[in-house]
Amino acid sequence: MNIFGLFDGLIGMQGSLALNILIIIVKIAVVVGITMLHVAYATYFERKVIGHMQVRLGPMRVGPHGILQPIADGIKLFFKEDIVPDGADKPVFKIAPIIPVFAALSSLAVIPFFEGFVIADINIGLLYILAMSSLGAYGIVMSGWSSNSKYSFLGGLRSSAQVISYEIAIGLSLVGVMIMAGSLSLNDIVKAQQQHWHGMYLIPQFIAYFVFLVAAFAETNRAPFDLPEAESELVAGYFVEYSGMRFALFYAAEYMGMIIMSSIAVVCFWGGWTMPPVITNAVPAIKMVPGIVWFVGKVYFHIFLYYWIRATLPRYRYDQLMALGWKVLIPLALANIVVTAIVKFMS
Amino acid sequence: MLSKLFFGYFAVIMVALSLLVITRRNPVHSVLWMLVLFFHIAGLYLFLNAEFLAAVQVILYAGAILVLFLFVIMMLNIKVEITAERFIGEWPIGVALGLSILMLIYFTTSKLIQGPAGQFSIEAIKAETHTKALGKVLYTEYLFPFEIASLILLIAIVGAIVLAKKRG
Repeated sequence: MNIFGLFDGLIGMQGSLALNILIIIVKIAVVVGITMLHVAYATYFERKVIGHMQVRLGPMRVGPHGILQPIADGIKLFFKEDIVPDGADKPVFKIAPIIPVFAALSSLAVIPFFEGFVIADINIGLLYILAMSSLGAYGIVMSGWSSNSKYSFLGGLRSSAQVISYEIAIGLSLVGVMIMAGSLSLNDIVKAQQQHWHGMYLIPQFIAYFVFLVAAFAETNRAPFDLPEAESELVAGYFVEYSGMRFALFYAAEYMGMIIMSSIAVVCFWGGWTMPPVITNAVPAIKMVPGIVWFVGKVYFHIFLYYWIRATLPRYRYDQLMALGWKVLIPLALANIVVTAIVKFMS
Repeated sequence: MLSKLFFGYFAVIMVALSLLVITRRNPVHSVLWMLVLFFHIAGLYLFLNAEFLAAVQVILYAGAILVLFLFVIMMLNIKVEITAERFIGEWPIGVALGLSILMLIYFTTSKLIQGPAGQFSIEAIKAETHTKALGKVLYTEYLFPFEIASLILLIAIVGAIVLAKKRG
């Protein structure tokens, strides 16, 4: 559907206009509510998973096995004092943490969670997600500059250079998927994968998947590319001067970014809510399982991968990070595009 | 009616935002207002059913070019910039030139004749999707200008690297 088709559709059905708007609002509320809950519990599971990998218990005090820890953290952050540094550019300082959250939440609008459930099925879905993720750099640059602090300024420069470089790799790695599916709509991409026996582009596009995964780690500022924060070496980066709820917004945006990057990986490379036809043909009973189960399971695997790699790999040095992005990932992604295009042209 | 309201909103806000961009004392604020302006331009493209252009407008202009602007401007000493004189002495000449060009545009637009409709009607683009239609035209009919444009960009990149290398 065209973006304006959505708009026309709303206006065209005069009688059910209010009902259509109501349905869309309910859908948005459900998606945002569930995502926020996932963000809260992603922090809890990160501490638990890494704790057990390091032979610790992780949070144990609040509720049984610390299950209420994210709620306690949320309440604490909410009631903390909101400090705005002296000499900060106040409007820019206050807007900066909202931008990454806004960009992350609006990306959710085009992700198909299961058959027929997507807030807006637009035919440039993938480009829309790239456009929204390119806005993330503004939150970093604006917060780094407006804090009027040398530490956050340097942190902002560092991490915006990182985010901008890896954005190119993400965009190029998805081009292979676009060529194979012949569409930019996420719904069509999932359906196109069902045409193959393997049912996921992970197999023909394994180079693109590797590039996407590495670039997604860098794009969301996660280990081993967490130089913007580097909590064990530095006093964090661009958000040094933020406290209370505004800090929590940056923190939440990072986890939302992880969830969205995982969802894109699942939709573009793992067949979204579907299972490979080779499995469903062998065991037809699998078709009875609702698609959301597969989607959520695949997303959880990717989020676990984030924790796993954080607990395993040491942090990259800044020059290594830049060399990896520009000299390895981008040429790999370009080569993948050329090969994919030739194969598509031949067949 | 609704489409006119939409266009009116975009037209008025875009003019207001452009004025904000050139009148801010703080160059960083100018760039941030320009970001809002670019979003409105993208909205205008959507309004014309050009969703590919809208997405590329945000990815390239807002996401890449403007961030680089912001990078350079952040390095300036803002405290000096704020106290500096806003407009150079020759601004009346600039205003006169701008007004005369505006007059010229005004008089020529009234003489415009609509050309014959091409193969890409709104329905045709809706059926084929904007991205596909644009790609087909760009890589067949306009392949040569497209290649020339990419060559010019390549020369600019090589030139920038050569200039940067000479220092060291």
